Amino acid sequence: MKTGTVRQILLITDGCSNYGEDPLAMAALAKEQGITVNVIGVIQNDQIDEAARQEIEGIAAQGGGISQIVFTEVLSQTVQMVTRQAMTQTLQGVVNQELKQILNKDISIEDLSPEKRGEIMEVVDELNETVNLDVLILVDTSASMKKKLPTVKEALLDLSLSLAARMGNNRFSLFVFPGKQKNVEKLLDWSPRLDAISSVFSKLIPGGMTPTGPAIKEAIRHFEDRRSIFGFLTKSDDFYHEESS
Amino acid sequence: MKNPVDIHPGTVVQGKWHKQTYRIVRKLGSGANGSVYLAEVNGKKVAMKMSRDVRIITSEVNVLKSFAKAQGDVPLGPSLFDVDDWNVGTNTIPFYVMEYIDGTPFLHFIEQKGKSWVPVLILQLLSELDKLHHAGWIFGDLKPENLIVTSTPFRVRCVDVGGATQFSRSVKEFTEFFDRGFWGLGSRKAEPSYDLFAVAMIMINCYYPNRFPKKEGGLVQLNRIIRENRELARYEDILLKAITGKYTDARHMHQEMIRDIQRQVSQGKGLQQTQGSRRQKSPQKKVRSRFIGVLETVLIIFIICFLYVAYIMEKIM
Repeated sequence: MKTGTVRQILLITDGCSNYGEDPLAMAALAKEQGITVNVIGVIQNDQIDEAARQEIEGIAAQGGGISQIVFTEVLSQTVQMVTRQAMTQTLQGVVNQELKQILNKDISIEDLSPEKRGEIMEVVDELNETVNLDVLILVDTSASMKKKLPTVKEALLDLSLSLAARMGNNRFSLFVFPGKQKNVEKLLDWSPRLDAISSVFSKLIPGGMTPTGPAIKEAIRHFEDRRSIFGFLTKSDDFYHEESS
Repeated sequence: MKNPVDIHPGTVVQGKWHKQTYRIVRKLGSGANGSVYLAEVNGKKVAMKMSRDVRIITSEVNVLKSFAKAQGDVPLGPSLFDVDDWNVGTNTIPFYVMEYIDGTPFLHFIEQKGKSWVPVLILQLLSELDKLHHAGWIFGDLKPENLIVTSTPFRVRCVDVGGATQFSRSVKEFTEFFDRGFWGLGSRKAEPSYDLFAVAMIMINCYYPNRFPKKEGGLVQLNRIIRENRELARYEDILLKAITGKYTDARHMHQEMIRDIQRQVSQGKGLQQTQGSRRQKSPQKKVRSRFIGVLETVLIIFIICFLYVAYIMEKIM
């Protein structure tokens, strides 16, 4: 199977958006363009309020991704698990589509005998290792995130370490919201590792509104910028995504 | 999180594809990836893993199948018996059935039998890992919780193969304390040295049962930890080599550990530390006339240990 690219937005937040477009609509928009939106809700000691929980789950559902609400302490493991699971989910979708084309009927892995499943999983695992992955990370830096930011930084460095062990190429980009002047601010443009974020992260001054919707919108645009440049440079640039059903 | 699979003892599970029936005896454990039950089939005890996620079951089955092909007389992991789905109400729960490995959890065993078992079990583990590595797999999520010591004879076995990874792929399942990436001491690429780092941490864990948090991290902290424990410090060279990824295969670490034990024995340090019976401070030059007697004792200990090591070598070769 040809090597393509899986595209994800990873949103790390601790609460409700309160400015700009509806983040659920923006997540749905991302999905339509083949970008999966995953959300991690970070809580510390305190309970997360119901509205925030609903928004977090809603964004992931609309964005075709996965959501997890976790305590700050286990953030590292969650970030890598969510990214991996979402990747598997996307690739599984791609494999299911191929199966559908071959067998000419709607079939999922659950319908196959355990013996056949093994072979399919082998293909999915192989793709997981070799596929290229673009992750755009969106970090909420509103005031309530202040204490959590050092852990977020550690978790992102750990994610970079985990994914660097794969055979496929990784590209990361990091945006924070709200930005200094704008709703969203780019901290790191597409790069193979996240190591560079260490220094920029410590300089962040959390505070302000939570424009989650505009942030997702900007993230989509950043993917598109990249696509046009890279599409121009490379002959084929395949993106894997599950077709919306 | 997916809901864990929760079924009561006495429940009868029948496979949809292969029609085998199993009676659930009790739950053995559960984690993020599913639950493991003790079950009975035709009067035989087996372990059954269930998960809501068919991918987890399928991946683990793939691993167990490759393990079975790779290993000799007694495999490191459990043998696989059956893979199937269980239709319960409107749900389908995928499961697989494997050998039930009965024994004592690793750290519990050492607590019961004494620290003299540490090098023995570590050597056993290294031999098993070597076989696995030769088959092109690393164990991945190596930690005491995944190790069980079976009896007659006492032997280390692994019970959870969820983290096993083919060479040069990336390790997806790990536990921070045993992961070299967490300590800033290497990548998460599947290669033998990844497992050997975990072996070193298991050995450290034997002497620090409560583990310890990451402070400065890296070599500095781990080296300090090793030096602060007198018994552990004896293995400093080997542990540091494993921690810094100097060993490229398990056999090498195994050989050096045996050599180290022999050397310690010949220096009269003694391998055994059975329940604090031994007098510690052997006065260096107390009485000259006793020299022959001491030499004799050292010689006897050396011979016994040599035979013991030869015995182990013979067992594991």
